[in-house]
Amino acid sequence: MAFILNVILLAFSESEKVGSPLDINPGVIIWTTVTFLILLWVLKKTAWRPILNSLSERENFIKDSLEQAEKARKDAEILYEKNKENLAKAEEEAQKVIEQGREYAENLKKQILEESKTEAKKMIEDASAAIVRKNQEAFNNLKTEIAEIAVGAAEKIIRENLDKGTQSKLVDKYIEELTKN
Amino acid sequence: MVLEIVQTATDSLKNASENGGGSGWIMHHVLDSRKLDFSPFGVIALPHIEVFGIDISITKHIVFMWFAVLILLAIFFYVAKEHKKSRIPSGLSNLMEILVVFVRDDIAKSTIGKGYERFLSYLLTIFFFILTCNLIGLIPYGSTPTSNIAVTATLATLSFLVIQGGGMIKYGVFGYFKGLMPHGIPIWLLPIMFVVEILGLFTKPFALAIRLFANMTAGHVVIFALIGLIFILKTYFVAPVSVAFALFIFLLEILVALIQAYIFTVLSGIFIGMAVHQEH
Repeated sequence: MAFILNVILLAFSESEKVGSPLDINPGVIIWTTVTFLILLWVLKKTAWRPILNSLSERENFIKDSLEQAEKARKDAEILYEKNKENLAKAEEEAQKVIEQGREYAENLKKQILEESKTEAKKMIEDASAAIVRKNQEAFNNLKTEIAEIAVGAAEKIIRENLDKGTQSKLVDKYIEELTKN
Repeated sequence: MVLEIVQTATDSLKNASENGGGSGWIMHHVLDSRKLDFSPFGVIALPHIEVFGIDISITKHIVFMWFAVLILLAIFFYVAKEHKKSRIPSGLSNLMEILVVFVRDDIAKSTIGKGYERFLSYLLTIFFFILTCNLIGLIPYGSTPTSNIAVTATLATLSFLVIQGGGMIKYGVFGYFKGLMPHGIPIWLLPIMFVVEILGLFTKPFALAIRLFANMTAGHVVIFALIGLIFILKTYFVAPVSVAFALFIFLLEILVALIQAYIFTVLSGIFIGMAVHQEH
């Protein structure tokens, strides 16, 4: 009991020489209040506001940037999909064009082949017609020639109708001439 | 019986003041004083000021408090300038930014919740002020302003005013006191509960003040006591042990300086949160 009282008395005693850690100095309270309030005011004005503003600004900037990046990524994805689609479509188109070209070429080939065939046929026909005509012509020529020769021979025979001997000689001669031609 | 007790008490008091020399050298370092002791380089006497009969002399703790304020101002002027200059922090401003963000997110936002912005400046200032005051006592010839109970009591009182002010601005004076009462208690309990709650309002800052003061004083006392072992035992053989233990306590004090600044701020934040969000 006495001990506890001692401790309490000690704690609240104000010995002049050493002093106690529990002594409260009113001057310190006043200075602390003034100092702290001034510090609070100055730091609020000059430090906390700009620092916190720049912090939130940067946070917003990062957030915006991330959102933008995400959006750009999505856009790019959409674009990529579209491109892929377009590419596929273009390929299909190209395939179609090639197919069409091939068909066209095939048709053309067939047509040309047909045409050339008919042409050839026609040419052959023309040629054979020409041969026939030439033959005919030649035959006709031959005929007239033979006729002329025959007429000529007949004329000579008539002219030299004096003797039998010369007659047969002449005939032989003309036949020889004929075969020579 | 009573007389006896009083006699012992006065005896021990006298004893204490006479034999003050025994622990006086420890107290000399821990307590506030009217002069800056830079022995062996000299002693600077501080001016004695008295206004309207109140002694407002500059003391050692006040000088070191101002020193802490100057350090804080220098650091944060620089950091604010850096922040205005570029968006990418570096070096010192990066370090300070970590602490500022810590106070903002892990203390203010998590303890107060909605509407924390209004109290952010106060919490930031008190955190950095206490932290710097705590650490300044660890440099040679330094002295810890927060080991003065007048300083911690003042800070706790300011916290008390901020807590009550915040609650009263939010709910009005009457609404705030009404909100202090738990819901659904019997009418006849109300007077008791009222007294208990009002007491509770005062015990919180009281605990804040005592906690900070005791933590900051105790570490120094222990360090001095450990070093003092060398002189009490009058042998050098104990020196390595003393120094090793003192160093350990010193490192612990760095941790305690950080922890106490954090605790003071976080408890202020929690009490503000309780006052501002009474529905919880």
